[in-house]
Amino acid sequence: MNASPYEIVVGLEVHVQLKTRSKLFCRCSTQFGAPPNTQTCPVCIGMPGALPVMNQEAIRLAIKTALALNCEIPAFTKWDRKNYYYPDLPKGYQISQYDLPLSQHGFLEIQDPKGRFPARRVRIIRAHLEEDAGKSMHDEAAGQADSRIDLNRAGTPLLEIVSHPDLRSPLEAKAYLTELKLLLGYLQVSDCNMQEGSLRVDANINLHLATPDGPVATPIVEVKNMNSFRAVERALAYEAPRQYQVWLETGQRLGDVPKQTRGWDDQAQLTRAQRHKEESSDYRYFPDPDLVPVRITAQQVDALRRELGELPAQLRQRLEATYGLDPYDSDVLVNQGRELVDYFIAVADASGDGKRASNWVQQEVLRYLNEQSATIDRYPVGPAALAELLAAVAQGLVDTSRGREVLQYMVERGVGAAAAMQHLGIQAVDSSELVRLCQELLAANPRIVADVRSGKQQAIGALVGQARKRSPNANPAEIKRICLELILGTE
Amino acid sequence: MSSLTDQTASELLERMRSGDVSAEQIAAACLDRIARHDPAVGAFLRVGGDEALAAAADVDRRRRGGQAVGLLGGLPVAVKDLICVRGQVTTCGSRMLANFVPPYDATVVERLRAADGVLLGKTNLDEFGMGGSTENSAFHPTRNPWDLERIPGGSSGGAAACVAARMAPLSLGTDTGGSIRQPSALCGVVGLKPTYGRVSRFGLVAFASSLDQIGPLARTAEDAALLLEAIAGHDPRDSTSAPAPVPPYSQTVRQPLSGLRLGRVREHYGEGLDEQLAAATEQALDVYRSLGAQIRDVSLPHSRYAIATYYIIAPCEASSNLARYDGAHYGHRTDERQMRADLRQEQRRLEAAGDTAGVDQLDTPLVRLYRQSRAEGFGAEVKRRIMLGTYALSAGYYDAYYLKALKTRRLIRGDYDQAFAEVDLIVGPCTPTAAFPLGAKLNDPLAMYLGDLYTVGTNLAGLAGISIPCGATREGWPIGLHLQAPAFEEDRLLRAAYMFQQVTAWHQRRPDLP
Amino acid sequence: MSLSGDDLRKVALLARLRLSDHELDVLAPQLAQILEFVEQLGQLDTSGVEPMAHAVELSNVLAADEPQASLPREAALANAPQHDGECYRVPAVLGE
Ligand SMILES: [Zn+2]
Repeated sequence: MNASPYEIVVGLEVHVQLKTRSKLFCRCSTQFGAPPNTQTCPVCIGMPGALPVMNQEAIRLAIKTALALNCEIPAFTKWDRKNYYYPDLPKGYQISQYDLPLSQHGFLEIQDPKGRFPARRVRIIRAHLEEDAGKSMHDEAAGQADSRIDLNRAGTPLLEIVSHPDLRSPLEAKAYLTELKLLLGYLQVSDCNMQEGSLRVDANINLHLATPDGPVATPIVEVKNMNSFRAVERALAYEAPRQYQVWLETGQRLGDVPKQTRGWDDQAQLTRAQRHKEESSDYRYFPDPDLVPVRITAQQVDALRRELGELPAQLRQRLEATYGLDPYDSDVLVNQGRELVDYFIAVADASGDGKRASNWVQQEVLRYLNEQSATIDRYPVGPAALAELLAAVAQGLVDTSRGREVLQYMVERGVGAAAAMQHLGIQAVDSSELVRLCQELLAANPRIVADVRSGKQQAIGALVGQARKRSPNANPAEIKRICLELILGTE
Repeated sequence: MSSLTDQTASELLERMRSGDVSAEQIAAACLDRIARHDPAVGAFLRVGGDEALAAAADVDRRRRGGQAVGLLGGLPVAVKDLICVRGQVTTCGSRMLANFVPPYDATVVERLRAADGVLLGKTNLDEFGMGGSTENSAFHPTRNPWDLERIPGGSSGGAAACVAARMAPLSLGTDTGGSIRQPSALCGVVGLKPTYGRVSRFGLVAFASSLDQIGPLARTAEDAALLLEAIAGHDPRDSTSAPAPVPPYSQTVRQPLSGLRLGRVREHYGEGLDEQLAAATEQALDVYRSLGAQIRDVSLPHSRYAIATYYIIAPCEASSNLARYDGAHYGHRTDERQMRADLRQEQRRLEAAGDTAGVDQLDTPLVRLYRQSRAEGFGAEVKRRIMLGTYALSAGYYDAYYLKALKTRRLIRGDYDQAFAEVDLIVGPCTPTAAFPLGAKLNDPLAMYLGDLYTVGTNLAGLAGISIPCGATREGWPIGLHLQAPAFEEDRLLRAAYMFQQVTAWHQRRPDLP
Repeated sequence: MSLSGDDLRKVALLARLRLSDHELDVLAPQLAQILEFVEQLGQLDTSGVEPMAHAVELSNVLAADEPQASLPREAALANAPQHDGECYRVPAVLGE
């Protein structure tokens, strides 16, 4: 069934900056965008004699995230030093977690409402805390290749979330990242802004092939420098056929060569091998003697679990069960974030019609928000007002297209549904009046009547247009029904 | 007159309180003695001079005005140059940090200031605290005031020598494997290594973070108690600092301990212990017997592994702690223009020889900058330990060396716990020999390391230890008695030391300086 | 324990030390001697013994997430061997 000669196998390592106010091991601000080297202190620039002290909030946010990722939280976790030299790492080591991470053995479920891949439970190997490095910027101004180092970011808390190689396509990788980002947004633990570097992704990818000699795995390649989810998707889509070509040419299998690192070049839309020294992966981890371990009780874990609130997967299920939405609609709404879902729920509850509320929120509200690049808190029409309008539509007081005009008016003037309808002169048209109107129209348009009789029912549309000119509030469906009845009788 | 510098800190404090002498006079007397004798001894790297006099005058002014003054009341204190003092060069005895000026005070320095201690100057040391002779200072060696051809011990050699030479009544040292106690023994002064966590390490430039402690050096137990009380206590900036209350050591130190049980460690009398030191230790035990103490034999069966354990753990931690000195953010940086020129020349040479592998392995300018800066900035002993630690932590060796050492460390701690179930203090020699001549062990690092055999166990187990003068060799070189206590029992150590000094006069001997 | 020149050169690179051939010649037997000495730990049975990384039995030393003033930039950069008033400067991290 699958024509591809290989299966793509992808695992992702995601680094997420946690939204603490101060850094992981010192109290410098984590505010993004400050002038270079204005948010540093002896601790985060690794000055001789300075010592780290762990930020309580970082632990809290990390555990919450780990719980939302269905991870186990061991009772004991500790800090290790990862030793390597890099100018954006002022101590010559990064404080991280090695053999006893803060959390492990979790999963994140992904699915595609369009059915392009099967629903999948992506296993999480571990999520651990570590400190971020600074930034280095290339500079040739001095006549030689230099790097300029800004240490503002050094020491910002990072949660590294490592997945099993459970993803089977670039699309799945993107879906995993999208779902992860959504989850982090619901938890309010991170800004998840790839442009600002608060979310970073590295991918490990290789291929599984069926050969006459049995299954074969190709060497794993780590892909870096992808600065959007789209870039991840494209880099993986580029990398898979490239690796297949390498396999065809070299026959190299997993274990034959050391793990290669390649960087994604977004302009050229390809990956390039990154040079690195053979010793660079000997990080000489050992327990950081400057930091004591953290013990986490079951009670603390439970308390944090209670703080989680409803997460996207549960919320989708509730929208489907309670409001009769199909998976596609619940997905669209939930993916917009908790605030929009709350708006939807308020409209649905007040109007008593989830499906209609979903349609209006998706078509009208989201369109407006997209046009204005605004979020739901900036939408001028409150849920109660929208629900009032939807009730009028449901009762046939106003038809859908006229309803849109009403909503437009409500958005522009900031008035309620009743006031808007009144201002637009919308009132219910009496049905006997409507029958009289239809009779007049039929009498004036014998050709249309004949066409309908001969089976061309669509000809009735012209009558609807004329009726609406004379009585703008007349419901088109109603006009159509009455006219047909008058022409064809009630057979 | 019996000069001011001959008096102990406690005596001087008493005289200041009675208005008989001023802090400024005392500081001036110390500065004067430093000017006279330090060119020969080399205890100091920098001397505070005017700043010290001004700080002392300020205390005097407040005292005269009836204002409260701190515990140290204007007493001069010398500070080992491994401890950061804001705005003052802090070299760690290394060329690497020859120009390093910390923008902050170590917690102990803040506390010294708060207690109205007068910072007299920064004392010499083995580079980053690595060594037992103070010959590893990048600037100059320190000499033993008792014999200028001999070493003062180390790494707090300057701290011990300045107290022995009466240049300062009090000084702060640091002890990672004996670096306070061993020089105290060799210079004939009192030196106390507090329990790990008793004194904040914030602002102490790290050598081996799980072993380092700052502690006092003085001529008497009373004086050591005073200085310890001023610096001890919890510090929220040091995660390993203990939140335990600090007893008023300076008030309790004169209270004798009754029913004192002393443990004599069998394993400490093996080969390598100089017989004169063994004899002095036995005599010290007799002194304690005469004071009513019981002496019991105890065993620390794993103590024979202590040096091996220490010389894995300390270099491993050091290799990581010293990684920050890379010429990028602070510290010595090689001449970049020269470095780049050398690299280009090497590349041309390799290319001319057709050595493509060589070209490929050539350092990048950044890597060469690191390597060359570190090669120039560090001395031989520091490089040796960085190499040792890097090797022991590297892939494939971690379990055999580092992990094994951490497990042995637990066994060593267990020995102490068992011994302290039976005795109040453990007593023995502090060093296997008295001060040796300069240069004697410079080319034999292992021999130097073996000199730490009685002291490293205290650090590995995280306990408290003190060395007090207990004798002299035929040549007159001081001998130290080593007392060790359970965690946070500094009070017991100081009181036992005080009892000893009440009935002996070893601490009153003074070296003749030219 | 014997340490080859290649082993030492690898460790020196890992430790970012540039050691001359002469230094390596002196170091090799010294390190070998020290390693041989510390390998006596191999005689000890440490099975079932918990490693002891800390000398204190503390845990959960945590600080509140309250930002405090950072160093002024001039103070932060004051000890930098080379800077341009804004950033530390080093040879390019990517090499040529
Ligand atoms: Zn900071």
